[in-house]
Amino acid sequence: MTTLSPAIPSDIAAEIANLHTLLEKPLPSREGSRVIQFREALREAMTEEMRRDKRIFLLGEEVAQYNGAYKVSQGMLDEFGPKRIIDSPISENGFAGLAVGAAMYGLRPIIEFMSWSFSLVAADQLLNNVPKMLYMSGGQWGCPVVFRGNDGAGGQLGSTHSWCVEGLYANVPGVKIVIPSNPYDAKGLLKTAILDPDPVFFLESERMLGDKAHVPEEEYYIPFGQAALRHEGTDCTIVSFGRPVNFCLEAAAELAAEGITVDVLDMRTIRPLDIDSILASVKKTGRIVVVDQCWPFASVASEVITQVCERGFDWLDHQPLRVNTEDVPTPYAKNLEAEYLPNKFKIVAAVKKSLGLA
Amino acid sequence: MTQAPSAPASATAFRPLPKAAAPGDYGISAKLPDATLIKWLRDMMLIREFENRCAQAYQQAKIGGFCHLYIGQEAAAVGTINSLNHDDPIVTAYRDHGHALARGMSADACMAEMYGKVTGCAKGKGGSMHMFDKPNWLFGGHGIVGAQTPLGTGLAFAARYEWEVMGKSVTGGPAKKKVALAYLGDGALNQGALHEAMNLAGLLDIPVIYIVENNGYSMGTAIERGTTMAHDLRKKAEAYGMEGAIIDGFDVMKLYDQFKPLVDRCRENQRPAFVDLKTYRYLGHSMSDPQKYRTKDEVDQYKNNDSIDRMASYLMNERKTNGKPTLSEADFHAMQAELKDICMKSLEFAENSPIPDASELYTDVLYNPQPNMSPMRDYTHGVKNPLL
Repeated sequence: MTTLSPAIPSDIAAEIANLHTLLEKPLPSREGSRVIQFREALREAMTEEMRRDKRIFLLGEEVAQYNGAYKVSQGMLDEFGPKRIIDSPISENGFAGLAVGAAMYGLRPIIEFMSWSFSLVAADQLLNNVPKMLYMSGGQWGCPVVFRGNDGAGGQLGSTHSWCVEGLYANVPGVKIVIPSNPYDAKGLLKTAILDPDPVFFLESERMLGDKAHVPEEEYYIPFGQAALRHEGTDCTIVSFGRPVNFCLEAAAELAAEGITVDVLDMRTIRPLDIDSILASVKKTGRIVVVDQCWPFASVASEVITQVCERGFDWLDHQPLRVNTEDVPTPYAKNLEAEYLPNKFKIVAAVKKSLGLA
Repeated sequence: MTQAPSAPASATAFRPLPKAAAPGDYGISAKLPDATLIKWLRDMMLIREFENRCAQAYQQAKIGGFCHLYIGQEAAAVGTINSLNHDDPIVTAYRDHGHALARGMSADACMAEMYGKVTGCAKGKGGSMHMFDKPNWLFGGHGIVGAQTPLGTGLAFAARYEWEVMGKSVTGGPAKKKVALAYLGDGALNQGALHEAMNLAGLLDIPVIYIVENNGYSMGTAIERGTTMAHDLRKKAEAYGMEGAIIDGFDVMKLYDQFKPLVDRCRENQRPAFVDLKTYRYLGHSMSDPQKYRTKDEVDQYKNNDSIDRMASYLMNERKTNGKPTLSEADFHAMQAELKDICMKSLEFAENSPIPDASELYTDVLYNPQPNMSPMRDYTHGVKNPLL
């Protein structure tokens, strides 16, 4: 457990200590028959924490009376009422800033962006105030807000609605960035995000909200900065984040049929980045392919590969490879969008290239 | 009621001084105790003296970056802040030294911050534009024009949420009705952030008061050149369903007479309001402004109606206590000397304070630092903030 110096306010220190205790509990099994949707897992996480802590409220467009644009918050208005589940007008900059002020005062806002694409009009709050408040106030006020919503291509939404913001936002120090790939992780990570006193950007995907899996009814908290090894092998390391992890698993199955076995690391958080697990895998396989739904230039993949080169260069038997979205604005046409995104074919090809097979 | 728009002023038009309040016009402020009124004069004089010392230190390159001085506007911060309770939160923009001092920050902590010293209010990490003071409920000076207005809205939202939803304060004590002040300059009137914030406040019954410290210029642009309906900014408030007021910011007592009842109404009704507070800065926008957009005569006209002179004259000439002037000439000079001493000592304090240790670079980034947050090195907790 981290040692806390007296510089940190005692109430915040107590909350961190509580979170650390919760994170030490062993996680429940991923196997089981309580199959629910990704969106329901998110709702469970928020609901459980809101029942416990009245400082938490949910604010966003259509979260209350409409029951959520994507039904994540369905039924929450009925349980918590309009003072805690709050419909906002379309004013991302305004309500993101409102959350900053409310968090500084001592509340714990959860802000839903219908899409992270729309967070760009709140960029000043998200990039100036949220990550920097603790620093520029000399440690007097942090900004414990969870901003969450859909990130990435939603299905023929065109250029403006298909943003993957992680490459942009990960550039700024002072925020934690969480990106789950499945319902089980979504619940456990969101609960940790809500309890963490630091600001968290929580990136979901419209394309995954209907995904179903076993999610334990009990409460559990997944630590940040710990990747999950979702597939095990010896020939190559595949590193990914969020929705593309599922493409990597498809690719892994296909490669296994050809006798090629890979590690698939689901990073779960981008900041912190579990570079130690990546390096341990690379040490074993000697090869790495990073699959990232951002554009390639100055992306999360670039960062992972840089860190691998900085710290594990001697273990590499082939230059690191990356599979990003194509380096163009997101197209509308179905075939072009499919060609634009990372997919299992591109991943299989990259792994084979790293093995000198293509 | 509609009002015919006044003819737009050209860039070089002489900005006329609003009609001065005649002494004796004072309302509730005149009934306040002598000590309170003398304290207001003292606060204004402290800010003036402090800012003069800042200018000097800036010219000697002791202070870096941008430095926006408050000289001329002292009545605005002092009058509004003294209409509040101490635990009503406030947030302001980058011309923030006056608010910090009026809220009770020590001149030492304020000056040391500008010197980039670890004894500064933000341990030298904020600078002139980012004065934060938790014990005095000052939630920052903020550098991006208008960005602080949604924050002020959030502070007021939280204060209302505290008593309405939680039924107790976030720190566990009893909750009570509060108001928050969000200060902005007239330049921020045209930032989207303000309009989004005002709409939210009107819609959600948020007890925030937006105070436009209207000094007539956003940097070098006269208000009429950048803002519609500049002759009656109350129209902007009307559009968002909140009370709007135009208040004389040149006379701290007049200001209080109008502003204090507004604060009381917002607190009681838990509703927002908007104030066009007429004021004027004597110096440039920042220390590097040659001020070619206005005439010396215009500035002199305002200086001749100085808020500190007016208040001093009221206390030393017009107001009597037991048949004698409320503030004697001797007491006034003693106060001047004391304030000069405080500000000179703040320069010395800042000069002699230690710079932040290099290890402070990687502190205060996160409350809950974890390994692998950065490829450079791990974050840690920094030294204790001297204000806390």
